[in-house]
Amino acid sequence: MKKFLKPHEREHILGTVYGWPMGLWFTLFFTVPLGIIILYSFLKRGLYGGVEWEFSLTAYRQMFNPSFGKVVLRTLWISILSTFICIFLAIPCGYAMAKSKHQTFLLFLIIIPFWTNSLIRVYAWISILSTEGFINNLLIRMGIINQGLKLIYNNGAVVLVLIYMYLPFAILPLFTTIDKFDFSLLDAAHDLGATKLEAIVKVMFPNIRSGLSTAFIFTFIPIFGAYAVPLLVGGKDSTMIGNIIVDQVSKTRNWPLASAFSMVLTLISLVGVFWMLYNGKREQHLQKKTTQQTLEHNIKSHHTHRGKA
Amino acid sequence: MNYHTYSRKTSFSFSYIMLALVIVFLFIPLFVVVFFSFNSTRGMRWEGASLIWYEQLIFNSPSLWTAFKNSLIIALSSSITATAIGSLAAVGIKWYRFRGRSYITTVSYLPMVLPEVIIGISMLIFFSAVRIRLGMFTIFVAHTTFNLPFVFMMVSARLDEFDYSTVEAARDLGANERQTLTKVIIPSIIPAVLSGFLMCITMSLEDFVITFFVSGPGSGTLPLYVYSMIRYGVSPVINALSFVMILGTMVIAFTFRKFLKTVAASS
Repeated sequence: MKKFLKPHEREHILGTVYGWPMGLWFTLFFTVPLGIIILYSFLKRGLYGGVEWEFSLTAYRQMFNPSFGKVVLRTLWISILSTFICIFLAIPCGYAMAKSKHQTFLLFLIIIPFWTNSLIRVYAWISILSTEGFINNLLIRMGIINQGLKLIYNNGAVVLVLIYMYLPFAILPLFTTIDKFDFSLLDAAHDLGATKLEAIVKVMFPNIRSGLSTAFIFTFIPIFGAYAVPLLVGGKDSTMIGNIIVDQVSKTRNWPLASAFSMVLTLISLVGVFWMLYNGKREQHLQKKTTQQTLEHNIKSHHTHRGKA
Repeated sequence: MNYHTYSRKTSFSFSYIMLALVIVFLFIPLFVVVFFSFNSTRGMRWEGASLIWYEQLIFNSPSLWTAFKNSLIIALSSSITATAIGSLAAVGIKWYRFRGRSYITTVSYLPMVLPEVIIGISMLIFFSAVRIRLGMFTIFVAHTTFNLPFVFMMVSARLDEFDYSTVEAARDLGANERQTLTKVIIPSIIPAVLSGFLMCITMSLEDFVITFFVSGPGSGTLPLYVYSMIRYGVSPVINALSFVMILGTMVIAFTFRKFLKTVAASS
């Protein structure tokens, strides 16, 4: 015999059955581990790794050690520089892709290197840049130099390879938003006397805000937390926060300090994500605003009018 | 008018030139690696064509094949688990109101946006706190965790376009919950579920950082094997392996070609 349930009870049970397996999974393997990190960052370090159950702010104090400060500053400039170069390169790419008739093919070309194993890509750069590598061999053969240049194991190599790795993260969201953008607005701006650059900066950029912020976040956060790239193509003076965290866990065995640094990375990432969500919402809001719509309408009708005349 | 066409043309070609340069930049390293995989000697100096490194790769790299087998096992098991749990949750969260709904939605986006190092370290510390030995099982758990958000997001996006009245119609016609699920909901979301699954497979095969933290002795995946080889320096066997993997990526991207825009929108 089937029990009779009220609709909202039924809904509640079904929702729980469908939704909570994932909820439990994330609670157990994401929320709890993150909670442990938060907890550990406020504890005293154990002698042989692990922690002692005693409240302490030592880990946060240790973070202000000048040698770590240097690494934090380096991580910041490396991530900001590489992110901006990525976005600077990605805007015209996304624009050209959105305008192209061969979108699927171009996406294919961007996605192949993007999906190729990241270590293979880092390895490719090592074999190009290293002292015995492709570039040096080529230059020596051509007689331009007679000794290998030092192209790898420095900050320049880290920035170059980071840009290489994360450029698609900037191109794809920008392509998606520019693709939705109404290009007739640019023509309208033209007809109203704006130069091409002015039209793009003043008309297109405000309309692709969400794409720009997504591109920024999805490039900046992984670069800011980079671990493998500085480890493999960086030198002694190229360590980033990600490397400190790993070293503190595996070598120095200072778990509270590693946790404290992880907290900083997490907080910065979360701030970025909320900023991105805020921009997305704001854009939706703007689009609903009547003034915006009338303006667009005016520009469009102006354009069609002129086109007919 | 002349000025218009002129300015339009220049910026048109500017963005196209940039795109062309970026694509060349993205492909040069891959070409170099593939080119030197056919070199007959070890260095990055062309000495003549040969297939010796492919021979080495196929017949003389047993640990590589073990790693590849591990990678496949992990990729399949974690993708199946993530696809099942993630798709169900997408259905539940889209259509039903229940306790914890907003918590689950929020927490499902976070693993996607936090740096990989954080996910890896927190899992490592968690596993050692609850005394689970690192190995295939922990890699499976980690991969399922970072795969889940992608399935959830892709299926949710499909459900946004789904017409809920078909479910109501099925109910009115006497279908029970299980029948509605298997006969109405699943067939209509299956494309999204499949592309989510393929996405999981690629991501799982690709992952290095998180796996690096949660793997134990003997449970190394292919990226970990490549890592250990890179640490010993440039080896042409990796060049040969790279070509095989690039080909694999191309095959996956090609089968995916209809979904590429969805993938671009969700990554």
